[in-house]
Amino acid sequence: MAKILLEMKNITKTFPGVKALDNVNLQVEEGEIHALVGENGAGKSTLMNVLSGIYPYGTYEGDIIYDGKVCRFSNIKDSEKLGIVIIHQELALVPEMTIGENMYLGNECGHKFAINWNKTYSEADKYLKMVGLAESSKVQVKTIGTGKQQLVEIAKALAKKAKLLILDEPTSSLNEEDSRALLDLMLSFKKQGMTMIIITHKLNEVSYVADKITVIRDGSTIETIDNHGTEPVSEERIIKGMVGREMTNRFPKREGVAIGGTEMEISHWTVHHPLYPERKVVDDVSMYVRKGEVVGIYGLMGAGRTELAMSIFGQSYGVNFSGELKLNGKPVKMKRSEADAIRHKIAYVTEDRKGNGLVLSQSIKVNTSLANLGAISSHSVIDGDREYAVAEEYRDKLKIKTPSVEQLVGNLSGGNQQKVLLAKWMFAEPDVLLLDEPTRGIDVGAKYEIYCIINDLAAAGKCVVLISSELPEVLGMSDRIYIMNEGKMVGEMKASEATQENIMALILRSGRGA
Amino acid sequence: MSEQVKASGSRKQSFSEFMEKHRAGDFFQKYTMTIALVLVTIVFATWKGKEGLILLPANITGLIAENGYVFVLATGMLLCILTGGNIDLSVGSVVCFTAAVGCTMMAGGANMWVTALVMLLIGLAIGAFQGFWIAKVRVPAFIATLAGMYAFRGFTNVLLNGLRVDITNEGFLQVFGNGKTSFIPDVMRDLFPGLNETFTKDNAFLTGLIGENFVTKFNVTCMCIGILAAIVFVALRVHKILSQKKLGISQSIPGQLVSMVLITVLVLWICFKFSCYRGFPMVLIWIGLVLGIYAYITTKTAIGRHLYAVGGNEKATALSGVKTRNVYWFAYANIGLLAGLAGILTAARAKGIDPVYGEGYEMDAIASCFIGGASAYGGTGKVSGMIIGAVLMGVINKGMVIVGVDANFQKVVKGIVLLVAVMFDVLSKRQKR
Repeated sequence: MAKILLEMKNITKTFPGVKALDNVNLQVEEGEIHALVGENGAGKSTLMNVLSGIYPYGTYEGDIIYDGKVCRFSNIKDSEKLGIVIIHQELALVPEMTIGENMYLGNECGHKFAINWNKTYSEADKYLKMVGLAESSKVQVKTIGTGKQQLVEIAKALAKKAKLLILDEPTSSLNEEDSRALLDLMLSFKKQGMTMIIITHKLNEVSYVADKITVIRDGSTIETIDNHGTEPVSEERIIKGMVGREMTNRFPKREGVAIGGTEMEISHWTVHHPLYPERKVVDDVSMYVRKGEVVGIYGLMGAGRTELAMSIFGQSYGVNFSGELKLNGKPVKMKRSEADAIRHKIAYVTEDRKGNGLVLSQSIKVNTSLANLGAISSHSVIDGDREYAVAEEYRDKLKIKTPSVEQLVGNLSGGNQQKVLLAKWMFAEPDVLLLDEPTRGIDVGAKYEIYCIINDLAAAGKCVVLISSELPEVLGMSDRIYIMNEGKMVGEMKASEATQENIMALILRSGRGA
Repeated sequence: MSEQVKASGSRKQSFSEFMEKHRAGDFFQKYTMTIALVLVTIVFATWKGKEGLILLPANITGLIAENGYVFVLATGMLLCILTGGNIDLSVGSVVCFTAAVGCTMMAGGANMWVTALVMLLIGLAIGAFQGFWIAKVRVPAFIATLAGMYAFRGFTNVLLNGLRVDITNEGFLQVFGNGKTSFIPDVMRDLFPGLNETFTKDNAFLTGLIGENFVTKFNVTCMCIGILAAIVFVALRVHKILSQKKLGISQSIPGQLVSMVLITVLVLWICFKFSCYRGFPMVLIWIGLVLGIYAYITTKTAIGRHLYAVGGNEKATALSGVKTRNVYWFAYANIGLLAGLAGILTAARAKGIDPVYGEGYEMDAIASCFIGGASAYGGTGKVSGMIIGAVLMGVINKGMVIVGVDANFQKVVKGIVLLVAVMFDVLSKRQKR
């Protein structure tokens, strides 16, 4: 048996209110490629952040043993000194700087008071050659494509003398060809003795490169599968490990709701990326929602769910739209305007309540009325009493816990903030509600209350589109489920027919098939 | 003995409970600048050898009159700052430019009201022009208005050939200025000639009340305006408290009553001081109008709400269906309009225009807003706070002149006040998080 390079023992990491990692164990042998798989939020990235010192020693429990020694990293520099280098999912390059400058950013070579540019660029070129990049290191990063940028990230890691390389979803923004090239590069590094950990959602990649596969679910290690057998490990085998949790009664029942006619329908809906207009973010999507129906849209991160919802909501995301939107059977030509969408009785409840949803420096009252100020004012003068009454009404209805509606939203808990956000959009009196991750980052009790609100909305004849990356939530709440992957609608099922396994399988296979 | 100790201990506890209950900490945080204003005033009023000088009627009137432009410009600046800490550097130059146009027109014999209207419209047009670049083309506000600052200073020089133009239109000076004539005349004495006989040094009661030096010239009209204003203010406040009670809004009613009484007393006191001098200064009417209108706009109207929302979270506001770019445009067009008004007041006060007038006005306006508690990141700030900020700056300026601080050193003090004020603001907000 080969030498064990890294061992993480009984790692437990808690955030306020949440146990992100619970007694996680991980063993990585020298010279292997080890894959970490699991759903979004299972704890993969948290584990890697513990390993690389982003969460310093003392903020977690358990031991990290690297190269036979117990390590206590207090920051990322400590772990890099020992050759543990992490490449994050989001590219961390400065577009305006050259490749060489980026590679040695924070790690500049030369004297204390003067950077040795000749050395920087010649060293950089050497590492670029190793990753198979023909570009000169004096080229600005913004002029090369994302595939090459990912290679620059790897070259940057090599320049730090990496012994253990951690790649967090390295292929998520790459096309098929670049992905394959990257995986082959990993295999060639392996031959030279490099140890690597790869986090990925693409199971075909896992079976292609990985020697061992560790499955993480809900913050715990489930199993480690050996991929050395004559037959590669089947995807079904991995999926079962990823989603095999018990479904408990976490969702309130919705009973006796009559589903009516089609309220909103989109066909051949295509949206392009605002910065890279050649990229399709939403690709030929068709779907419909009926009155009184809760429709779930499930997909992994980057599947295009948020982009789909925002593009329906007054084209607030993307460029070069095509496709047709029908409301109540009539085609609607909507202007590129959120106000127009609100007029057409569509509401989009954002996934990012702090960034895009609420004005944290203002009161509950002000936030509640913001999307529908016209309803409480005459000649654009606000009727303070009516506004207060409205805020009170929604505070009661949604059980927002606060001493007063004059309370600043920034002082509320996440669950209560989410309720204020819902109140705001319910007060806008929409017929169609696009709820984007409505329970993200809130505790179980508040989640249940949000689910009850969703059921009430459906019972009142509204159409609810529930976008979520939590499979159990989509399964538990929806009447019908659409599955998205890489901008495309890859499946539609009735809730009664859907299972975690067949949804995951649909996504993973569509990713490979493309 | 031990019982006594216990009793005092429990009294202490109940005191801290009282503080907690009435949110005393919040009170101090909310009224930091008001308290600072009172303290600064006391310091100057008790300065050795200069006791009470700053509280003389002439000095109080002068304080308002000299800082008229600050109040007007700071109101406009507050709206810009609310949208996200954006400032307008061009106002000083725009003030000078509109004043130059106005003075040139009146030198050519134009009607004073037509001139005033033209000045306002030019200000509005300049504001809208700059707002266009900021809102629609998305030139950073700092740059766009810096360009305006240079350009309109230049236009002024071109227009005036670098020379001063005087105003000879007496009507203009009387309505907008603050010379000897620009006070509301004492119509009460004209209407009731009996008053002249009442207000004499022989009337022991009134002499005791008003003071021997002032009683014969005491402006009865001004005092009546003050009393009327106080009554209206009390009525509005009581109405507000009652409607809050009806809606069940939990507000500290004693606190509101205290602030109501304090403000009423202050209004009466200031009007009393005016009455002892020459009466109600005309410029205060314009300032009062502006402050009143904009206090209403920022608190009661949809566009006011949009200003706060954009500054608090622009993305969320856009996703709520608000055309955020138009909000910026409004703020900058509006400050242009107010710069036009400030141009009128400045020209009338100086009885003419010099090509260097208005330099540094933008900084006084910005400082008033920040001292008055506006956030440098936008989204918070009130007209009332801005007033306190502007008055504080005014009192410090006036006080330093009175006690004879070296003119060069005065700017150092102003700078320190600004830094300390904003530091307090930042620190008090950090503790909250």
